[in-house]
Amino acid sequence: MSTVLFYILGFTALAATLMCITRRNPVHAVIYLVNAFFALALLFYLLGAPLVAAWEVIIYAGAIMVLFLFIIMMLELAPMHTPAGPGWKRWGPVAALSLILLCCTILMVAVDTGSSQSVPFFYVSPRVFGTVLFKKYPLAVQVVSFQLLFAAVGAYYVGRSERLADREDKS
Amino acid sequence: MIDLLTVVIILVKLILILGVILTLAAYLVFAERRILGRMQLRLGPNRVGPFGLLQPLADVIKLLTKEDFLPSQADKWLFLLAPGMASITAILAFAVVPFSPPLHLFGREIPMVVCDLNVGVLYFLALSSLAVYGVALGGWASNSKYSLLGGIRGLAQLISYELSMGLSLVPVVLMARSFSLTDIVLAQSPLPFAILNPVAFLIFMISIAAESKRIPFDIPEAENELVAGYHTEYSGMRFGLFFVGEYINVIILSSMTTVFFLGGWSGPLLPPLIWFFLKMLAVSFFFIWMRGTLPRLRYDQLMHFGWKFLIPLSLLNVIATGAVLLAIR
Repeated sequence: MSTVLFYILGFTALAATLMCITRRNPVHAVIYLVNAFFALALLFYLLGAPLVAAWEVIIYAGAIMVLFLFIIMMLELAPMHTPAGPGWKRWGPVAALSLILLCCTILMVAVDTGSSQSVPFFYVSPRVFGTVLFKKYPLAVQVVSFQLLFAAVGAYYVGRSERLADREDKS
Repeated sequence: MIDLLTVVIILVKLILILGVILTLAAYLVFAERRILGRMQLRLGPNRVGPFGLLQPLADVIKLLTKEDFLPSQADKWLFLLAPGMASITAILAFAVVPFSPPLHLFGREIPMVVCDLNVGVLYFLALSSLAVYGVALGGWASNSKYSLLGGIRGLAQLISYELSMGLSLVPVVLMARSFSLTDIVLAQSPLPFAILNPVAFLIFMISIAAESKRIPFDIPEAENELVAGYHTEYSGMRFGLFFVGEYINVIILSSMTTVFFLGGWSGPLLPPLIWFFLKMLAVSFFFIWMRGTLPRLRYDQLMHFGWKFLIPLSLLNVIATGAVLLAIR
């Protein structure tokens, strides 16, 4: 059962990503990518990592894609021409993908509780995940967080130096 | 597989919660209009039914019979879906709220929570971060300058204050040593976290006031500059969904305040369920009170306050709480 679900979800994630990179309208592309992230989150849940599934939704679907959307809304894009043809061609794929994801979620909820053979091979509770992450790989966590700090400082520097250059031009 | 009775119990719980939440949201609108009226030395709606109690019903009928207007050049499907996204994310969050300790009926233990996830706090944060899409896509799809500006402001505000909200919950998780909301309530049995960690409580209250997009943080829909912000172009029940979504959001945020900081269902004398609702309604009243009292912030004030004051303060609070917990262990 979980093997079948795994392949359905994997296919959904791939299909959503494919739709994302072929869209002309950037906002529609973002919506397909969010769909793909939901499929990935369900995959993580299926593999027994609810914490990673929650992070997938919070960080990728909830924060990074929202920032993408923010940038797209700030850009001044030429008005899109709505393509000719019936309306379902535009909303059909995203509706189908979302429906598949919803069905998989319900199936997962129905299968997960009660029986023991459908429970994933290993199940990682948040506590175990945290202990392993910070006790076994503390160096990797430190390196990644320093990299993020460098990126933040770098972005701040780039933004700041341009503004300083502007002021010098004026004076 | 699950047996049939469990499924029936879960379905009954879902229907009950949905019914109670929607009724509560409708009457919260009414309560707000009456209380605001009192605060502004006028009466508020009191014509429909006794004390105006049927006003929400009249409003629903009015909204349902109005024309559902679609602006030309709007992105049709996103425009139609956005109000749903705004209210569904708020309703879904009730799945992890523990209303009272488990009930014992006919020899069965019935938990008073739809699903006690072991990542409950993260589930709530995930849904509140997805709530941004309703505002952003509604503002973008309307193809109107006011809506777009409202949507962009809403996006920026929600992202900024989500950070301080999430960080103010870290001390709560540290103290309760669990992500499950039921465990968090049980961990507050002698003293609620609002007393143990007042700084986190204060940060959380300010952040949720910003999350609910209400005065003093209602910049995405500032009437005197943006008409109505992201829902300028909406009419009829689609506007109603945005409107009710805002009040459902107030209810879920009040419930979360109750669970995280006010000790959940615990209290003397009265039954647990009553205590939960009393605390939740008290927080909701605080929201209404704030709207009647405070002026609207300016946009740059809002951003500076969030990024330069609240987030550093909540980071310091996380470090301080961690140090204290380590010291007394």
